[in-house]
Amino acid sequence: MATLEVDDVSIAFGGHTVLAGASLQAEAGQITGLIGPNGAGKTTLFNIITGLLHPSTGRIRIDGQDVTELSLHKRARSGLARTFQQLELFAMLTVRENVRVAIDIRRRWSHERGNAAALTDAILERVGLAGVADERVTSLPTGQGRLVELGRALASQPKILLLDEPASGQDDIETERFGHLLQELAADGAAVVLVEHDMALVMEVCHQVHVLDLGHMIATGPPAEVQVDPHVLDAYLGTSRTVAVP
Amino acid sequence: MDKFLVFTIVGLSLAAIYAVISSGLVLTYTTTGIFNFAHGAIGMLAAFAYWQLRFDWGWPAPIALAVVLLLLAPAFGLVLERVIMRGLQGTSEATKLVVSISLLVAMIGLANLIWTPGESRPMDTFFKGQKVDLGITTITYHQAITIVTAIVVAVGLRFLLYRTRIGVSMRANVDDRNLALLNGARPDRIGLLSWAIGSSLAAIGGILIAPALTLDPGSLSLLIVNAYAAAIFGRLRSLPLTFVGAIVLGLTEGYLAAYLPGENQYLAGFRPAAAAIVLFLVLLVMPNPRLRTRSQLREFFPAPSPSGMAMVAVAVVLAGVVMVTTLDTTSIISYGQMFPLAIVALSLVPLVGYAGQISLAQLSFAGVGAIVVAHHGGGGSPLGLALAVVVTALVGGLVALPVRRLSGIYLALATAAFAVALDRWVFNLPDFDIGPLHISLFQLGSTEIAPLKVFGYAFDTPSRLLMLSAVAFSLTALVVAGVRWSGFGRQLVAMRDSEAACATLGLNLVWPRLAVFMLSAGIAGLGGALYGMQLGSVSPERFNLVSGLPLFMLVVVGGAGLVGGALFAGIGLYGIIPLTSALFSFVAKINAVSPGLTGVGLGRNPSGVIPLVQEGVRPLRRDRVVLPAMAVAMVAVYALRQADAYGNWPFVALLLLVFVVANAVAGARARPGAAERRAAAAATSVGDLDWVGITSPWTSGHLAQLESAFAADGLPPMTVPGRSRAHDPSLPYGLAGTQIREWRGHEATPTAVATTNGHSAESSEEVVHGHARG
Repeated sequence: MATLEVDDVSIAFGGHTVLAGASLQAEAGQITGLIGPNGAGKTTLFNIITGLLHPSTGRIRIDGQDVTELSLHKRARSGLARTFQQLELFAMLTVRENVRVAIDIRRRWSHERGNAAALTDAILERVGLAGVADERVTSLPTGQGRLVELGRALASQPKILLLDEPASGQDDIETERFGHLLQELAADGAAVVLVEHDMALVMEVCHQVHVLDLGHMIATGPPAEVQVDPHVLDAYLGTSRTVAVP
Repeated sequence: MDKFLVFTIVGLSLAAIYAVISSGLVLTYTTTGIFNFAHGAIGMLAAFAYWQLRFDWGWPAPIALAVVLLLLAPAFGLVLERVIMRGLQGTSEATKLVVSISLLVAMIGLANLIWTPGESRPMDTFFKGQKVDLGITTITYHQAITIVTAIVVAVGLRFLLYRTRIGVSMRANVDDRNLALLNGARPDRIGLLSWAIGSSLAAIGGILIAPALTLDPGSLSLLIVNAYAAAIFGRLRSLPLTFVGAIVLGLTEGYLAAYLPGENQYLAGFRPAAAAIVLFLVLLVMPNPRLRTRSQLREFFPAPSPSGMAMVAVAVVLAGVVMVTTLDTTSIISYGQMFPLAIVALSLVPLVGYAGQISLAQLSFAGVGAIVVAHHGGGGSPLGLALAVVVTALVGGLVALPVRRLSGIYLALATAAFAVALDRWVFNLPDFDIGPLHISLFQLGSTEIAPLKVFGYAFDTPSRLLMLSAVAFSLTALVVAGVRWSGFGRQLVAMRDSEAACATLGLNLVWPRLAVFMLSAGIAGLGGALYGMQLGSVSPERFNLVSGLPLFMLVVVGGAGLVGGALFAGIGLYGIIPLTSALFSFVAKINAVSPGLTGVGLGRNPSGVIPLVQEGVRPLRRDRVVLPAMAVAMVAVYALRQADAYGNWPFVALLLLVFVVANAVAGARARPGAAERRAAAAATSVGDLDWVGITSPWTSGHLAQLESAFAADGLPPMTVPGRSRAHDPSLPYGLAGTQIREWRGHEATPTAVATTNGHSAESSEEVVHGHARG
């Protein structure tokens, strides 16, 4: 049983079908890539998994338990955390406070005790933001803003981590460090789902890759297979087609 | 049966007016995202203008109508859009709301300025007295015209939005502004057109309804509450549903007028409050609004510093002392309102400033606090004050609980509806019982409030009450600042910035919303109780929606997230305005409009006035010489006043003079130092290196910095042929930029920085030096 199961999910906005029966599984300890051209429905799928949108059909399961009807915060408490493609930082707070809010939220419902300040520092250290901990988040470049979102997501100690284009806005060296960080997180037992346009990163770190195109899941498999899949090449590059004339 | 038909017609013609007004509201809201609180006030001004032309100057009706509806109203709308509304993109809902509320207040002020209040201004209906016989009942020409007008407006809007090019792009703008932009729509033109049409629709409504009401700026402007109720039926978006809402409301009011027993004291206020109650009920059954995301708001409020808070608290108490020792009793009573109402304003700081929620009912909560302390004060027991806070917080909870899903404009409307229901109906109820609970309100007039007594010491003189309020303000301000420093405060701020992120982190948004609303209501209750004590006896009109609007407005203008914003509101409304009005009579006239005008400037500077003031006095605050010197000088000025060397006006002028001089001196003293610091920062900040050669000239300092940075990374130092190269502004920026970025990416967590708390320039300096050493 996969940690996260997305089963046959569809949604349409005003007659425009964005997802048509998309399915996806993410296993603990693995990084699952979700790729596809712009407008394929990747972020919409994340919004459905986290509960920001409600699908017209399909189910979402976490550890086998159906969470499709759960509210956002209850889903999050069942072990789901995400970052946003368009940054959703707490702009009036510092980097440290952004992470601290997430820790406080978790402590309030989980009734865990422990040193919140130390945990905050540990997370900042892990994502490489200790040096800018007391800067206002809005003063950071986008790449570091994405790390703040990652740190915030980690603060809720998720089983499933949904990352929406986390490497955009980062340079090559930052991306490489980021790849290592993802591998560490997966090794710690998280099921990581990665939406990313940086193919080098996806192919390097992912165990499984799902390819979404115009709302349909057109390929699933290990990176090496997906890379040469004709449907995928077609979706990304387009191929010449012979149109049958009746 | 005949009565039923007559009042059906009455209801339908009311419905027609609501439909016309609210369709204008929906049009501007959907196309420009600004919910125009002043929409009714536009109708009010139009009604006054029509009265002026038609009845005072005796113009023929068609010409007067044409001038108002086709010329004045659209022109007014165009000016509004161009001058004010366009600047509001990217500001929070509170800011947008405040701008339109300030317009409302300014327009009421303007109407009172032009048309002296209190005079009778009879306004006849169209074709006065003429009726059409419909067989089963009769209908007046005015009613018929009203209903036909609504139908024409409905058809016209439908045609505009579906059959014309600009209409289609208006609808596209509603669906997806960015997409519409990409496809060549011109939002500025759309905005102009919407505001022009919206204003004309408001004007039609105002002119049609004015004969049925007295020509009074306040009540005509508040017609808007009824229009909101209709618009909410269509969730502020759908015009057909808005018309349905208007019909429901109009008929409800018509039938209530017909069948509600008029002599019953309990029900007398129900009809005027009916629209507000309907509005509240419709909000209850509204589907969940979308969570706020991506709010790249322009407002920013830093957390208050403990030393700054201490200074404010002490300064307020000292100001109280100075006031009670220099002013005569009448002035103490008059200016004494400042502090309790500043506490009411303070209640908005956690709610609006921290959590980004809006409440227009804070003064109503203050009224609840006053009632509690009046009837359960136990002759001035401190327990009465505590009870006022607790009961008001609970009432706040009762209001917030049903609308806990709502935020933004919907919450603002729900609280406005609550305030209207309270001041039109509940506050005017005689005593009643709910089970064993005997509820006593304002007892159909005013009610007495006993002053506070603590351990036998009675706060029974105006001076003592003023000091009590000043101290209470300082303590409450510390509590409000404490909230911002707490985990709860951080959470509120986080919710303000992104509800979606909070929810996906596992936060149930309902409880913090409820908690902050109750906290805010409780603080307002305290302010209301103290206000009541100061007045000695209170009546409901002290606590109505319209009186509360300037307070809300000025808090946001001052800076909603700052304790100083509340102080600004209290001092501005109940200190500076009466003070300057007393000085010159023409200022009194300007002051009728000025609170409104202050709000209008908010689009340019959404964080408010206080941050600007803070910036202005920063050198003074840090100056260890000038600040004490200023304090000594002020004490001397005060001592001379106590010795009766001069009166109050020279005293105030001298205090101001001392402050202005001290601030100027401190500013001058700080300036060279500041320039040095900036130069040092520019020379050592790694972050700024990206911009060297673009925003500042290249210096040898930058070279040294680069070299130390590269050395730290184990890279060979940059070889520069000769010193002259160091000053060469054409040094390739790209090279320096990328290499520095690589260096930063490679070693992003230097230990030296982890311990620093300062601003970026200082941290970067340590990065460089730490590595140079290592």
